[in-house]
Amino acid sequence: MTSLFRTGLPAYAMVVGLLFLAGLPVLAVWADNIFLIDLYLRLMILAIAAVSLNLILGYGGMVSFGHAAYLVVGAYAVGIPAYYGIYNGFLQFAIAILASAAIALVTGAIALRTKGVYFIMITMAFAQMVFFTFVSIEEYGGDDGLVIDTRSEFGGLLDINDNFTLYYFVLASLILTLGLVHRIVHSRFGMVISGSKGNDRRMQAIGFPTYRYRLASYVISGAICGYAGALLGNFTNFITPEMGDWVRSGELIFMVVLGGAGSLFGPVLGTAMFVLLEEYLSRITQYWHFPFGAMLILVVIFTRGGINGMFRWLGGRIGLGARS
Amino acid sequence: MSGAFLEVRNLYKNYGGIAATDHVDLDVRESELHAIIGPNGAGKTTLISQLSGEVPPDGGRIRFAGRDITSTPAYRRSLLGLARSFQITSLMLDMTVLENVSLAVQAHAGHSFRFWKAARSESELVEPAMEALRSVGLGERAHDVARAMSHGEHRQLEIAMALATRPTLLLLDEPMAGMGVEESQRMVEILRNLKGEKTMLLIEHDMDAVFTLADRISVLVYGRVIATGTPEEIRNDEAVRQAYLGDEVA
Repeated sequence: MTSLFRTGLPAYAMVVGLLFLAGLPVLAVWADNIFLIDLYLRLMILAIAAVSLNLILGYGGMVSFGHAAYLVVGAYAVGIPAYYGIYNGFLQFAIAILASAAIALVTGAIALRTKGVYFIMITMAFAQMVFFTFVSIEEYGGDDGLVIDTRSEFGGLLDINDNFTLYYFVLASLILTLGLVHRIVHSRFGMVISGSKGNDRRMQAIGFPTYRYRLASYVISGAICGYAGALLGNFTNFITPEMGDWVRSGELIFMVVLGGAGSLFGPVLGTAMFVLLEEYLSRITQYWHFPFGAMLILVVIFTRGGINGMFRWLGGRIGLGARS
Repeated sequence: MSGAFLEVRNLYKNYGGIAATDHVDLDVRESELHAIIGPNGAGKTTLISQLSGEVPPDGGRIRFAGRDITSTPAYRRSLLGLARSFQITSLMLDMTVLENVSLAVQAHAGHSFRFWKAARSESELVEPAMEALRSVGLGERAHDVARAMSHGEHRQLEIAMALATRPTLLLLDEPMAGMGVEESQRMVEILRNLKGEKTMLLIEHDMDAVFTLADRISVLVYGRVIATGTPEEIRNDEAVRQAYLGDEVA
C-alpha cells in the first residue's frame, strides 16, 4: 500500500542481521579473533551516521556533502572534555548532540536557501570550515589529533572501557536510531519532508512552510550524526580532524546510496558492504582501491535502489516478497 | 469597490521589459465561477501565480476576503483559503494518490512538528482525503502511485488536492489542458458540481467549457484586461472578437 518508506528487506533478513550482530562478540571470542569486534564496532558506528544522513538525503532529498563534520564535532565533544579530565559520558554525549544540532541549525539555515549543486557545495564548505577549525586549534593537537585516554563514564551504569560493553552499547544505539528514524519518516513530519523532496513548490502551494520542516530534519540528522561521532571518539581513542574531511562525507553518501537511499535498512547494508569490502580487499592486495571502486560502480549501475533494491528484486523473484 | 471576494487593483509585473501583467484590475465575487480567457502568452498563468503568491508582483494590490495579501507568502495564502491547481501537473509523483491528498489535508490540520504517530493511520487525515478523492471520482485509485496514473487522472488529482485544503477560492490553471474529449467532459462535470459551493477563478482554453461554466468572463490580452462580463456580453463584445475570438468565431 505504501509507495515510500519500504524497508525492502524481508523481516527475517532483518532479524537474521540483528541476531548476527548480537552474536558476533561470542563468535569473535570463539574464533579467537578479537579484531572482529573492532571491525563491527566501526561498521555499526558508521551505520548510525549513514542512517542519520539517509533521513535528509534519502527521505528529504537533501544531499549533504558535509555530514562527516558532525562525526568530528561529536568525537571532539568527548575528546576535549576528556583533555580537561572530564569524563562524564552524559555530559559529553549531550555536548555532542547539542553542538551538532547547533551547527546544523546555523549552517542548515543558510544552506537550505539553496538547491541542487549549490546545496551540496555549501554543506561541503561548512564542513571544511569545521575541519580547518579543529586543524588550527593547537591546544587540542591540531591536525595531529587528540588522544582520549579514558572513555566516557556513565556513573557505574555501564563501563564502556570494556569493548564488549561498548559493542552492545553501540548495537543498542543503532537499533534505537533505526527505530527513531522509522517513526520520524512515517509521522506527519516525515510526510512533509518526503513531500518536499517530491515537489517543494506544490507543498508550499497546499500550505506547508516547507523550509522550517526541512531545517528541522537537517538539525535532527546532524544531532544523530553527532551522537555517532561521540561513539566514534570513544571507540578510536584517538581523534583527528581528518575524520571530518570531505572525503569522509563523500563516503557516507556512498554508503547511503550503495545500500539504498530512502529505505530504512539500506544505509546499514551499504555501510556493511563498504566497510567489509574495504577491510578484506585491502588484506588481499595493496591495490585494493581498484577492485573496490569497480565493485561499487557495478552495484550502483546494476541495482537500482542499492543493495536493498537488489534484495527486494531477488525476493520478488523467488517469491519471498514479504516486506517488513 | 469593496464587496468583491478577490480584488485585484493595478497589478503589474514586468519580465525583461515586457509587461506580463499590465495594470490588471479584477473582481471575483463570492461563489461565482469567473473565467479568464486570452490567447497564449497573454499572461494568464503569470497572473494566477501572483494571486497564489508564488510570483511577487512589481506593483499593485491583491485583496482576498477583505484582507490585503499582496506580500503574503504562498503557504499562508493557502492557509487563508486560497488554493491553486497547476497547469503543468504538479504532484508528489512517488507518493500514492491518497498520500498526495492526505498531505493537503495535513497542511491545514495544525503544525506538522509531530514526529511519532504514523500519519497514514490517522483517520483525521485519511478520511477527508478520501472524501476529496471521491468527489473527483478517484476513490478507486487511492492506493496507486501517482506516477502510474493517466494525464487526465493527474488533473483530477490536482483538483482533489486543492479541494482537500478546504479552500474558499479555487484558482484553476487550465484544468483541461491536454485532455481528451471524454476526460474534459468529466472535468466539466466536476467543476459544475463545485459551482456555487466554491468561488473559482478558472483559466481555460477550452471555449466550450468556459462558456458553459462561467458566470462571468474576463479577457486578458498582452497582460491587460480588455473586457469583463457575462458569457453573452463577452461573445458580443467587439474588442474581444477582434483581439481574440476573431479567428475562431468569425
